[in-house]
Amino acid sequence: MDKSEKLAFSLSGLLLVIFLGAIVYASLARNIEVPTCITDMEPFATDTLFQTGPNTYELQAVARMWAFQPSTVTLPAGSTVDLYLTSQDIIHGFKIKDHNVNLMAVPGAINYIQVTFDEPGEYFFACHEFCGAAHHTMAGRIIIEESGEVAQNTEGI
Amino acid sequence: MAADTFRFSKSAKHLNSVLIIIPMVLLFIGVYGGLMQTLFRAGIIQSDPFMGGDYYKGLTIHGVLNAIVFTTFFAVALGNALIPYALKKHLNTKIAWTSGILMLVGSVMAGIVMLMGEATVLYTFYPPLKANPAFYIGLTLLVVGSWIAFFNWIPMYLNWRKENSGKKTPMAVVGMFTTFIVWFIATISVAIEILFMLLPWSLGLIDEVNVMLARTLFWFFGHPLVYFWLLPAYVMYYVFMPKLAGGKLYSDMAGRLVFMMFVLFSIPVGTHHQYMDPAIGAQWKFLHGIFTFAVALPSLITAFTLAASLEHAGRKRGGTGLFGWMKTLPYFDKEKWFFSYLIAGLIIFAFGGISGIVNASYQMNTVVHNTAWIPGHFHLTVAGPVLLAFLGGSMYLIQQFMNKKVKMKGWTLSVPYIYTIGVFIFSWGLMRGGILGMPRRTNTGATYANPESVLYQPEWMMYIDITVIGGVIMFIAIVIYIVAFFATVFSKSLATEEEAAVTFPISEPLHDEPALLLRNFKPYIIIALILIALSYAPVIYDVIQATYDGSAPYSPNSPVPLR
Repeated sequence: MDKSEKLAFSLSGLLLVIFLGAIVYASLARNIEVPTCITDMEPFATDTLFQTGPNTYELQAVARMWAFQPSTVTLPAGSTVDLYLTSQDIIHGFKIKDHNVNLMAVPGAINYIQVTFDEPGEYFFACHEFCGAAHHTMAGRIIIEESGEVAQNTEGI
Repeated sequence: MAADTFRFSKSAKHLNSVLIIIPMVLLFIGVYGGLMQTLFRAGIIQSDPFMGGDYYKGLTIHGVLNAIVFTTFFAVALGNALIPYALKKHLNTKIAWTSGILMLVGSVMAGIVMLMGEATVLYTFYPPLKANPAFYIGLTLLVVGSWIAFFNWIPMYLNWRKENSGKKTPMAVVGMFTTFIVWFIATISVAIEILFMLLPWSLGLIDEVNVMLARTLFWFFGHPLVYFWLLPAYVMYYVFMPKLAGGKLYSDMAGRLVFMMFVLFSIPVGTHHQYMDPAIGAQWKFLHGIFTFAVALPSLITAFTLAASLEHAGRKRGGTGLFGWMKTLPYFDKEKWFFSYLIAGLIIFAFGGISGIVNASYQMNTVVHNTAWIPGHFHLTVAGPVLLAFLGGSMYLIQQFMNKKVKMKGWTLSVPYIYTIGVFIFSWGLMRGGILGMPRRTNTGATYANPESVLYQPEWMMYIDITVIGGVIMFIAIVIYIVAFFATVFSKSLATEEEAAVTFPISEPLHDEPALLLRNFKPYIIIALILIALSYAPVIYDVIQATYDGSAPYSPNSPVPLR
């Protein structure tokens, strides 16, 4: 192996170590995590939203062909939500636009992420996994108000 | 007979021609489907004028025909060509024909049910969406056919090893065996998924499937699948490209190391497709993320080795200075039209590889998972270097096996460059839209891109339109290719049929080290199996622990289960 080759191999390795370091930093120092296994929760079939603390809420959301329940949620700014998501039929996807929340809704399993909404506004979310003929109509909104009431709406949008 | 030619039997030549021509027709149906996808997404059409049906049916056809059927056929045809050629041994044509016929029957079966709209389950066929059993049987036959082709090469190689002890296995053979070792291990899981879960469930013999388990088995196969596409392209890069450029392969050992690394790291990485899934512990997702970075290493080494080989060629051609050698390469040499396919693909792949690192990066995946970024990324990989190398390879193989001269050489040479422009515009539109949250696999034209809809998202519009421009340019390039390809196929054969021997541009190494540790697949296969067991046992355990109940089958057209 000649010199330039050795150098290229070492630089490649170093580059990957830097990338890995960035992931570990995000995970440990910035506490950015991906969904994990949830085993301590009973399967749920209907949506519920309740307050668990001064600024904290728990939302149990259900995806089904072809709507999210709830489809609109209103919360005050600064809320932290423990979001649980499951599906009642087939695989759906859940991504909140302009917010790093991205979950798969899988029948037979419960997905979880914690999310904080600081900025008031309307956060659009849409199904991003093919779930049949009307998949592209499956969407909803999270409305964050400066100081508003807590509400959920299970009607389609 | 010169040392660099080999006489294939007539039967082997016919077989390889069939294995290239029929999938080319299927590819074109898939490419047409791809064009329709971009028009659907932009809201330009609401129904497919030729094949009928909606966006999702077209998406299924596009994915399955282009990414599974065409690629598998080409890999088998390349192996059927390169292995006998490099070992100077004849194929057992009976077995080779059996494999080819199984693959054809399977592909046609799956193709028919997809066209009938009976298998609109997309290319990932995630349960509990159910397809017609013929779809699953067809895919199984395709895979089994490709296994038989592989098993047909093993005795040829073992005989060669016996007769040539101490000699290095030719690089082309190492590359093709790596391709099929990865393919064989990976397809075992999808075979389990189909034979023990989806097929009996689709036939009504069992009631329910565990969706997470099926998903995990699918991705055990689904990621190595991309290396199965990539590896034949790598074989052509390492074996043909330096010679076509007028030089030598910079390092023989680097090539062998790269292939062995693919055996090790291709498979224990699939869970990175499931970062956003429930029922799998985050620590195992992280482990698969690390292994995914490991598999970036052979691609980085390849980038260096190929660039070094091209620099060597460029300097031999009189190029000087730091970048001067780049100007002397035969980009527009009509006699070296094959080079344009390889170099254009390589340029595209630089961007495909970088975007792949983003997807693999654990938390960063949150931003792009299931958004249009993903098809943007894989059009720069599978629809970039892989497709172009396979198109160039198909043209090369067909003229060799049918004794024809390539027609429309100028046009043939221009295809990859036109395509490159198209795919860059197309993928940029998708990737930028994806970062803004535009979903993949969604008929955005019916809703998000339609101002009448309550779901209308104005900031996605520009990027949806950009994909139409890129998609149309890509389509034009492929149409030119198909015309040139069939003009070649139907042209008059060269007169000297009897004399016709096949030849390939095999590169010699510049640095040729003994590489004793890289001469035997066995230890690498064993380590690979251990890595797979260590990385998948906890994932499967988690999936079984953290799921309740199974799922009955669903049709895409109704929210009520089928039983």
